[in-house]
Amino acid sequence: MLGYILRRVAQSALVLLVVGFVAFSMFRFVGDPIDNMLGQERTLEDIERLRAQLGLDDNFLVQYYRFLEQAVQGNFGLSYRQGREVSEILMERLPATLELAFVSGMLALIGGIMLGIFTAIRKRGVSSNVIMSVSLIGVSLPTFLIGIVLIYIFSVELDMLPSFGRGEVVDLGWWTTGFLTESGLKALILPAITLGLYQMTLIMRLVRTEMLEVLRMDYIRFARARGIKSRVINFKHALKNTLVPVITITGLQLGSIIAFAIITETVFQWPGVGLLFINAVQFVDIPVMAAYLMMISVMFVGINLIVDMLYFAIDPRLRVDRGG
Amino acid sequence: MTDTPIQEAAPKPEMTRLQRWWDSDFMYSFRHAPVAVVSFFVVAILVLAAVCAPLLAPYDPFNPATLNLMNGFTPPGDANAFTGESFFLGTDDQGRDVFSTILYGMRISLFVGFSAVLLALVLGVFLGLLAGYVGGWTETIIMRVADVQLTFPAILVAMLIFGIAKGITPAEYRDQMAIWVLILAIGLSDWVQFARVVRGTTLVEKNKEYVQAAKLIGRSPLAIMLRHILPNVLSPVLVIATISLALAIIAEATLSFLGVGAPPTKPSLGTLIRIGQEFMFSGEWWILLFPAATLLALALSINLLGDWLRDALNPRMR
Repeated sequence: MLGYILRRVAQSALVLLVVGFVAFSMFRFVGDPIDNMLGQERTLEDIERLRAQLGLDDNFLVQYYRFLEQAVQGNFGLSYRQGREVSEILMERLPATLELAFVSGMLALIGGIMLGIFTAIRKRGVSSNVIMSVSLIGVSLPTFLIGIVLIYIFSVELDMLPSFGRGEVVDLGWWTTGFLTESGLKALILPAITLGLYQMTLIMRLVRTEMLEVLRMDYIRFARARGIKSRVINFKHALKNTLVPVITITGLQLGSIIAFAIITETVFQWPGVGLLFINAVQFVDIPVMAAYLMMISVMFVGINLIVDMLYFAIDPRLRVDRGG
Repeated sequence: MTDTPIQEAAPKPEMTRLQRWWDSDFMYSFRHAPVAVVSFFVVAILVLAAVCAPLLAPYDPFNPATLNLMNGFTPPGDANAFTGESFFLGTDDQGRDVFSTILYGMRISLFVGFSAVLLALVLGVFLGLLAGYVGGWTETIIMRVADVQLTFPAILVAMLIFGIAKGITPAEYRDQMAIWVLILAIGLSDWVQFARVVRGTTLVEKNKEYVQAAKLIGRSPLAIMLRHILPNVLSPVLVIATISLALAIIAEATLSFLGVGAPPTKPSLGTLIRIGQEFMFSGEWWILLFPAATLLALALSINLLGDWLRDALNPRMR
């Protein structure tokens, strides 16, 4: 087990190194940042001065070393577009994205598991069929269209919820939260549904398939024969055994939630890191792109690692199989 | 095709190729799946409409000479208050006929979708064959790269590739190159699925007798991969390709919607939705609704068709 964990940690470190190389290559080979920062009326002097200031005159190895050294400290230099520290901008934007991702993740997990169990138990019911058909449309519906539809219904027609922004936020010094104000919570509803809906349908379909599989097993039939209440069978005996694949997918989906937040944040003009990234792509703001890439890779790799560790905690069979 | 004299002479008439195809298991399951039939016709009609856009579209939305700003914001079906002209699906802010822009937009969406899937398919199938057949270091490198890429959602990889490619192309060519950059970005973000499946099947196939026989008569590894193994791994590839097409069209629409895809001068369905969203609050719903509905119909029918195809080609389901 220890060997397995060590191997997984080494693999994760390798992935991060590869991503780091990609991020650095972006710095080195993509575009001329000077072009992006200075307008049409630039003089040769301006260009030279900015080049020296940004350290673009040094050779490849020096820049590479400097990049690695700085990246480990979370320092990605100045944004080409805003002229501010990238890490500062990221830290300012991160709470918005994490709060949104947390709420929609919980929504997807709780909603998905509930609906999955429901449609598996009532396999032939009308409501199950309706839920399944709707979920198929949900999978085909692009995230941004879900957002637009929700805005149209709840903001334009019913005028109940705000269509953009984060509402009022409370500044806690190192963290800004929208959880504590009414307008902040209201503003959270539509983006969270938009972002969580796709993951919810995914988790629901997975739970349903797994539950149907488990419910056919002998031990469930014996439990029924023993006269155990079906609520206990469904939630205690069956649900537990569907959890391993559900946790895998949910863990991986957590990463996608943060990535798909880019789309949701654009639709709702949510001031998070996703919106920052998409603006950086539009303006080829390499430091921001590279920093976002590194940040999100650390998150993804970390999540994957935790998910793998969780297997051991949840499924005792694995501990025996891979022992030593 | 039909050879009438023989057919009359034979006690049991020989079936023509067309009839045999019509009676095959594949077509039988198609005819008995109404969802698949409907989806097929929706996709066929939309693709045909997109291909024939220059013939079908009543206006050329990209020719400034035919545009009349006075026609702007004409609701669908109604006559414009100033010019008296009426438009089937209305006009946008610049007086462009929405129906025509959808036809041309769908053309771009489908072109990008098909090309991206083709790129992903060729790359993925080739690398998958190589990894599965050659093994060793080649396999390790290809599959590790695939694993790393799979850690990241495809849409994020596509955005990154788009950003990098945009940085490399000179500013004055960016709009012209945008479509090709999109194809490259979506195609490169999607090859992993193909490679993994093809590698898995290749690992099974390469130990079969026909491969041994081909080796024995001295065919080159490349020929064995392409002429012998490839035909036997194609049916799962077809299923992935169909589902990838829906995903690629959605990915293209998403990127264009986010403003990092097809430029407004060459709008795809996603760009049209982006434009339409601006008029949602002011009540010009048709500029948004019709492109969005077209995109949904396209993606949903391709998805349903892919779902059916997966079941139909899966021998275990028969």
